[in-house]
Amino acid sequence: MTNATLITAADFCSLHHVEYTFIDSLSEAGLVELTIVGQTAYVPDEQMPKLEKMIRLHHELEINVAGIGAITHLLQQLDDIREEMRMLRNKLNRYEDNF
Amino acid sequence: MAFIDYYKILGLDKNATEKDIKAAYRKLARQYHPDLNPNDPEANKKFQQINEANEVLSDAEKRKKYDKYGENWQHGEEYEKYAQQQRAHGQQYSGFGQGHTQGFEDFGDFSGGGDFSDFFQQMFGGGMGGRSSGRQARYRGQDYNAELQLSLKDVSETHKQTLTVNGRNIRITIPAGVENGQTIKIAGHGGPGVNGGPAGDLYITFRVAGDPNFKRDGANLHITVKLDLYTAVLGGEVTIDTLTGKVKIKVKPETQNNSVIRLKGKGLPVYKKEGEAGDLLVTYDVQIPTNLTEKQKQLFIELAESAKHK
Repeated sequence: MTNATLITAADFCSLHHVEYTFIDSLSEAGLVELTIVGQTAYVPDEQMPKLEKMIRLHHELEINVAGIGAITHLLQQLDDIREEMRMLRNKLNRYEDNF
Repeated sequence: MAFIDYYKILGLDKNATEKDIKAAYRKLARQYHPDLNPNDPEANKKFQQINEANEVLSDAEKRKKYDKYGENWQHGEEYEKYAQQQRAHGQQYSGFGQGHTQGFEDFGDFSGGGDFSDFFQQMFGGGMGGRSSGRQARYRGQDYNAELQLSLKDVSETHKQTLTVNGRNIRITIPAGVENGQTIKIAGHGGPGVNGGPAGDLYITFRVAGDPNFKRDGANLHITVKLDLYTAVLGGEVTIDTLTGKVKIKVKPETQNNSVIRLKGKGLPVYKKEGEAGDLLVTYDVQIPTNLTEKQKQLFIELAESAKHK
């Protein structure tokens, strides 16, 4: 059994100078996962880097939730393509070594 | 320390309005923001330059000072003294330090550590504390990139290593089965943030060196083993190297050249899948005997004859 570290969404919002409605809309869009215990929303530890990145995009670049969703999706695709390219490059190296 | 042309950085001319500056900054910031260009130090550097240019040009006071001294910023104080003297003598002074659009291209003064350039610090003092209006912008620190050389043996088991990145020792766990070129992110171990912004991340790229014996294909390993003709024909045993030591395997009679056998689980561990490992694929390279004696040749002739009459 593993213990997850949780911070209340209210504390998180106060620390990052962001409205709760913003992270709630990110959660509704399926971009982050909040944990609800009783009546209180918590931000799980592993979601924090992702959420902080979204807040930076919102604050520094004035990107709305829909834009953040699109960016997150494209960055994920980019990551997948990079990963595939790396695997194929390694495979190619192996065949080149043989000939 | 070179003069930095903030107008040029934002692609503007000196008459740009506040609206133009804001629009140019937004456009470039979206293009070069570190979160949109992970693992790209050039974009990071460019983003710092854009921020600095915006910091100066979007602040009326700073922009006035920058416009006033321009390329002659180093002589600003001398100029002020001189101007005061001239004013004291009731004379009008004009035409010094007004035009500076043919700027220098050298941005070498940007430290890359999340701070402002030496030029900025010299002209406006450290950081952005002097900004007269609005909340202070908090910027995320720069991402650091490092490479770690590993051997195939190194990636055969999870282990810890201590790295020194920008003078800081970081102990990291290297999971078994990492691939060549794979990058892991260590959040918060990059450059410090500005004005309480979060620290950047550290990206470590693994470089797994080729091995003289084994070829890697994901978690599977390939090895070629020389097999003498007699063992190949009659069967027997052969000892081969694996990453975890030598193993003895049985060779079936009539084993063909280039035939492959698979040793289950003797490859590399599968990345982040505990208890799972790839296979070791052994290719037999059957060796034809050389320097045969007369007697051996005779026996081969007999063998060939008997094969004809089979």
